[in-house]
Amino acid sequence: MIRTEEMLLNVGPQHPSTHGVFRLVIKIDGEIITEATPVIGYLHRGTEKLAENLQYTQIIPYTDRMDYLSAMTNNYVICHAVETMMGIQVPDRAEYLRVIAMELGRVASHLVAWGTYILDLGATSPFIYAFRDREMIINMLNELSGARLTFNYMRVGGVKWDAPEGWIDRLRDFIPYMREQLAGYHQLVSGNEIFLDRVKGIGRYTKDEAIQYSLSGPNLRCTGVKWDLRKDEPYSIYNRFKFDVPTSEDGDCLARYNLRLTEIEESLRILEQAVEQFPAEGEILAKVPKIIKAPKGEAFVRIESPRGEIGCYIASDGKKEPYRLKFRRPSFYNLQILPKLLVGENIANLIAILGAIDIVLGEVDG
Amino acid sequence: MMEELLHSSPGWVNFGIFFLLGVVLLLVVLGFVTYGILAERKVMGYMQLRHGPNQLGGRFGLLQTVADVLKLLLKEDIIPKAADRPLFILAPVIAFAPSFMVLATLPFTDKFQFADIGVGLLYYIAVSGLTVFGMVLGGWASNNKYALLGGMRAAAQMISYEIPLVMSVIGVILLSGSLNLNTIVAQQAHGWFILLQPIGFIVFFIASIAELNRTPFDLPESENELVAGYFVEYAGFRWAFFMLSEYVYVFGMSALITVVFLGGWLPPLAVLGFIPGAVWFALKFCTVVFIYFWIRSTLPRFRADRLMEFGWKVLLPIALANIFLTALLKSLFF
Repeated sequence: MIRTEEMLLNVGPQHPSTHGVFRLVIKIDGEIITEATPVIGYLHRGTEKLAENLQYTQIIPYTDRMDYLSAMTNNYVICHAVETMMGIQVPDRAEYLRVIAMELGRVASHLVAWGTYILDLGATSPFIYAFRDREMIINMLNELSGARLTFNYMRVGGVKWDAPEGWIDRLRDFIPYMREQLAGYHQLVSGNEIFLDRVKGIGRYTKDEAIQYSLSGPNLRCTGVKWDLRKDEPYSIYNRFKFDVPTSEDGDCLARYNLRLTEIEESLRILEQAVEQFPAEGEILAKVPKIIKAPKGEAFVRIESPRGEIGCYIASDGKKEPYRLKFRRPSFYNLQILPKLLVGENIANLIAILGAIDIVLGEVDG
Repeated sequence: MMEELLHSSPGWVNFGIFFLLGVVLLLVVLGFVTYGILAERKVMGYMQLRHGPNQLGGRFGLLQTVADVLKLLLKEDIIPKAADRPLFILAPVIAFAPSFMVLATLPFTDKFQFADIGVGLLYYIAVSGLTVFGMVLGGWASNNKYALLGGMRAAAQMISYEIPLVMSVIGVILLSGSLNLNTIVAQQAHGWFILLQPIGFIVFFIASIAELNRTPFDLPESENELVAGYFVEYAGFRWAFFMLSEYVYVFGMSALITVVFLGGWLPPLAVLGFIPGAVWFALKFCTVVFIYFWIRSTLPRFRADRLMEFGWKVLLPIALANIFLTALLKSLFF
């Protein structure tokens, strides 16, 4: 007699397509998933707890290691929270440097998302093209901050280093180059029948579901919700730039893929304007006390990282360390919808859906 | 020479000559595999803004594959405790042996061929179908879930794509009136079958990529989903045998395409006949191999269920329509 039973399969933590140490325990019937349980925490370092014993400036390098693909936004969110509490006015030049750094980070992050996503779907070359262009951004950020990934660039009240000689000009040259490359990306991948077959209509969810699961970033905008904190709750100097918030109504993996590429274009637009408006001189750090002490009280700020809303909550009792610190890490929230999306899909779609959510495990596990 | 040998009475001398020729072919094939792998890595490297192997054996990395093979031979032979031991050991052999058997009937030039049998084309396709046993057995015997999934995918894919593969060459068989590979080449003196059978060629080429388990049809081993598929538990030289059989099939399939569709050793124009046939064969063969490499570095992978749909709902009907069309044209014009 033929006996059939469900197979329990461990995907990860050592699996090439889980983008780090993410583990999924799936029950499969043939190749169809009947149940999926994500297991996270392999990269948990207790950033929030560690921060309770650190001075505010010392916390900044820890934030680099959360979302290591766009560390600049993480740098910004903690500085922004402390600045909000202390009421510090950041000099113009520093704000421009911050915006440029963050938008470059966003482009770099979306490039990694694009490259690794195509790699997950089985094509090897686009990954390397994406990394070539990302490398140029990384080199530029390296010149700016002295580090390739863990920048530790921003400070409460401004930034640590001024832009080196000629850096802005190099950035100005980079923008048209990147646009040209983007067109090439579309030509190579976006119209490919096999690719469209893999992503179109896969991992679909509705607007309500996205909001119920507290998704943010491209994962939310792919359902048609026009919500971008740069536009809706402008922080820093984002209200000085003209840019669009791309949305899509489809809510599938293809929509998320397209949104990320369109967001690169919008970031390039912001960069272009930032380069034009960049003040010739000025301070890069506001007058802040040597030892930063946030006043007694609490504050929550949120900004738009490439992955969604990254928030920072600080409760202070007036000391030089925070009493309690909490990050709202978008990857962690975006991941919640995964078990729901996976039921009824096959293993190939598992990879496509997980890749399209675009998680960074450093951020998921904190 | 072959004819004489085949028809002379059996004896130790004959056996010795055949054995020697077999060793020669083995060396040719191993040479191809060695440098085929290097070429693939170089071609993909240049397409991906890298250099590929460039350390061992001069700046072109000529000894890289040799070193890799030596490393594989020196590795510990790991057999998982839970594996089905005899099957686990047997599977790579079953996968590899047919890949070498198919080479017997391929005419590399009008003189260099081992067995000029009447049904050479059928023989190739039939024997190459045996390899899938090795893959399924390997996947099953490993007692690993990923390997099992890979083995199942391999079975489903290889069997599904063998049908369009066979159907697509029927057009050629109709036109040439023979299953003998030598006759098929001889028939192409006035026009290659790629020109007379463009639809058949495209179907055959796509199905051949699926048979070779190469991107975009590399589902059985799909690294990003099943880690490595059916040979995930294999290590050392057993793993090398699976890889070897894959590359020998690339050799065999490229040679078969050259023979069946590209006119084998025949020059494209009669004027160019002074260049030896082996050179023409090598040129056409290398072009086909290069296209395989090119496709591999460009395309993403199919999804398992779509792959089956594509095989059954697209390739097979097209191949059948091609047979009908060819038969119609043949009865009208030839």
